[in-house]
Amino acid sequence: MSTDSTSGGAEVGQPPTAESAATGPLVEVREAVKYFPIRQGIVFKREAGRVHAVEGVSLTVRRGETLGLVGETGCGKSTLARCITKLHPLTSGTLLFEGQDITGLSRSQVRPFRRRMQMIFQDPYGSLNPRRRVGSIIGDPFAIHGEGARDERKPKVQELMELVGLNPEHYNRFPAEFSGGQRQRIGVARALALKPSLIVADEPVSALDVSIQAQILNLLEDLQREFGLTYVFISHDLSVVRHVSDRIAVMYLGQVVELAGSEELHGRPRHPYTNALLSAASVADPDQAAARQRIVLTGDVPSPIAPPTGCRFHPRCPKAQEICVEQTPPLVARAGDPDSHLTACHFPVAPGEDLTRVTATIPEEERAE
Amino acid sequence: MSLLEVSDLHVSFRTTDGDVQAVRGVSFELDAGRTLGIVGESGSGKSVCTQTLLGLTTGARVRGTARFEGEDLLSVSEDEFRAVRGAKIAAIFQDPLSSLHPLYKVGWQIVEMIRAHEPVNRAVARRRAVDLLGLVGIPHPAQRIDDYPHQFSGGMRQRALIAMALALDPKLVIADEPTTALDATVQAQILDLLLRLQQENGMALIMITHDLGVIAGLADEVMVMYAGRAAERADRRGLYYRAHHPYTNGLLESIPSSGAAGARLRPIPGQPPSLIRLPSGCAFHPRCEFAMDRCTREQPELVPVEDGVRHASACWLPGRLLGTTEEMKRARQDAGAAGRTVERVPGQSTGQDAAVEEGAA
Ligand SMILES: Nc1ncnc2c1ncn2[C@@H]1O[C@H](COP(=O)(O)OP(=O)(O)OP(=O)(O)O)[C@@H](O)[C@H]1O
Ligand SMILES: Nc1ncnc2c1ncn2[C@@H]1O[C@H](COP(=O)(O)OP(=O)(O)OP(=O)(O)O)[C@@H](O)[C@H]1O
Ligand code: SF4
Ligand code: SF4
Ligand SMILES: [Mg+2]
Ligand SMILES: [Mg+2]
Repeated sequence: MSTDSTSGGAEVGQPPTAESAATGPLVEVREAVKYFPIRQGIVFKREAGRVHAVEGVSLTVRRGETLGLVGETGCGKSTLARCITKLHPLTSGTLLFEGQDITGLSRSQVRPFRRRMQMIFQDPYGSLNPRRRVGSIIGDPFAIHGEGARDERKPKVQELMELVGLNPEHYNRFPAEFSGGQRQRIGVARALALKPSLIVADEPVSALDVSIQAQILNLLEDLQREFGLTYVFISHDLSVVRHVSDRIAVMYLGQVVELAGSEELHGRPRHPYTNALLSAASVADPDQAAARQRIVLTGDVPSPIAPPTGCRFHPRCPKAQEICVEQTPPLVARAGDPDSHLTACHFPVAPGEDLTRVTATIPEEERAE
Repeated sequence: MSLLEVSDLHVSFRTTDGDVQAVRGVSFELDAGRTLGIVGESGSGKSVCTQTLLGLTTGARVRGTARFEGEDLLSVSEDEFRAVRGAKIAAIFQDPLSSLHPLYKVGWQIVEMIRAHEPVNRAVARRRAVDLLGLVGIPHPAQRIDDYPHQFSGGMRQRALIAMALALDPKLVIADEPTTALDATVQAQILDLLLRLQQENGMALIMITHDLGVIAGLADEVMVMYAGRAAERADRRGLYYRAHHPYTNGLLESIPSSGAAGARLRPIPGQPPSLIRLPSGCAFHPRCEFAMDRCTREQPELVPVEDGVRHASACWLPGRLLGTTEEMKRARQDAGAAGRTVERVPGQSTGQDAAVEEGAA
């Protein structure tokens, strides 16, 4: 079996019940795994290892919500996002969209689903072809999905431009004539063209200054309210994620380690990695920045090619004990937490516990990598 | 004399649509051991300004001077420039993957860089490369030195780039969005590292970023840019607690605050101006809620707005409108009147003679 083919679950092809299609979660990911093979050799390419980019992720995205995705650089956020929007096939696991199993669908079978899920990317400069006019860029999805004759598209595109705050008269301009913020609006307009139900935004505002960023975030919020859109929102800027998200999933090395409502997560982070991450968030206030107590993580991010055993965070965790090296903690609600707050940790951080003072319980040498 | 003295720098690009005036008269100076943060509008000329110092804006028309240790970087020959730039001025850019060659081992790239500037043999250079990788916090540097860039994580690559930037013990490091692609914990580690190295080696640092949190944590002084010019300059507390320029205040108010999660953000309305057809007078006037007649006609220069501290703003509003953003909001109510008063009383607008109340900060 090739690594990239799928091994769907028992639900393949099973029709959704009418109820689940209407009220169930918009997206459901079960035990999603995505490996990238690493090949070496010039002539005979042999597989020298695999990047475990996403490993056993299960989560749901509810209709109309914004799910924030945060985590260590390289932990698999973009890969997971691309798996959800069918840009990458899953190595194993199941993907349900509107209650239907779409894991193993062929290219043509997936088409009607694909138009309902769109992505917005970080780089408003790189993702737009400089030689094409903005009107035709925004109209791309119509062309790709064979919607409307060429001359019918223009008014549709202009309506979209107006919707995202672009001047419809600029239909014939080139991307270079727009500012970074406007180019991001072009990306948003293109994503909206086919009236998707899901938009996955991967670092959509990271390249923009905070004022333009605020404009785009407000725009996304308005569009969500108007069209009942569901967002998956990826960013390294924790204040942005907190602002936009209803719930936040924290990832570490290919896995979700904590999942909770946005304010719940910020108020009572339970996983030691979440605690470290939130404590490192920069604050735009010099005095608060100086007074901040940061949990400093030792060691570097382990290799996703040979991830650590047990809890993947154990080589860097200030609370790690023997069991953490041996057993992977499940992502479940922990004692004292609401059902909607899930943590994958044997020894969750107690509210008020000060991790800046905890000293490692396993000596450095004994930590398996 | 400061380590770096940039004076009246202008940079423009000729395009088919007309001249793009990317930098329009920027001046600043920077002492050894200090950090200058540069923030501002996307496309306001932050990168062009510093890339010109590095000789990277080929094809641009450049005017002004940039004295580094007394020597004008903009008038030396290309060869001299390269020698100075490589050895004494180093740069760290956002994307470590595009700055490291993917087909060469990380260590080899550092070794070659050292050997291009110093007459040392390979073994010596390699030992120094190992030391540097250790210094920037790469675990087991003697083994990792023979890794290819793709074998490093994003944070490790960014650290490798810092190691490379520091290899020749530079006097000035220019970092353009060095941590934007990194998560908060790795970002914090890298900023700590830069600060530590600055304390140990006394290097000067220019930090360009959109992240006002990064600036709050490390800049000694901050320059806010808008449409190719400096809108405001202050030490960091002055900037965050007593901002003067309406654009600076607009930026500070646009940040999502943790207290008001879910509340509507308050961006500055409107779009950044075209750098080919700039607005008359103050380039910010089409978006400024305080704009007065004068703003549409006369371009404000950067002038002091506070007594006793270095704090300058390029805005016709009187200096007394200084304040925390809260005070600023209150002041806003009678701002229109204040502004117009200024218009009728020339001279007061410099803020020099307008009594400055120290902010509550
Ligand atoms: N096409 C690919 N081939 C091989 N490895 C890949 C590929 N895409 C991603 N990876 C690897 O998979 C892991 C997860 O990468 P991914 O881009 O999903 O991380 P991320 O969480 O989005 O990181 P960042 O915050 O830096 O954007 C990384 O180790 C990355 O190097
Ligand atoms: N080679 C070039 N030719 C024409 N215009 C250019 C060139 N390089 C830069 N510009 C323009 O100069 C202006 C300033 O660009 P610069 O990259 O300095 O902005 P910036 O402040 O760094 O923005 P960002 O925050 O988005 O990085 C922009 O309008 C840009 O389009
Ligand atoms: S399971 Fe153990 S190692 Fe993992 S986060 Fe919890 S305490 Fe730390
Ligand atoms: S000079 Fe006038 S338009 Fe410009 S920022 Fe000041 S008040 Fe606003
Ligand atoms: Mg990513
Ligand atoms: Mg830039």
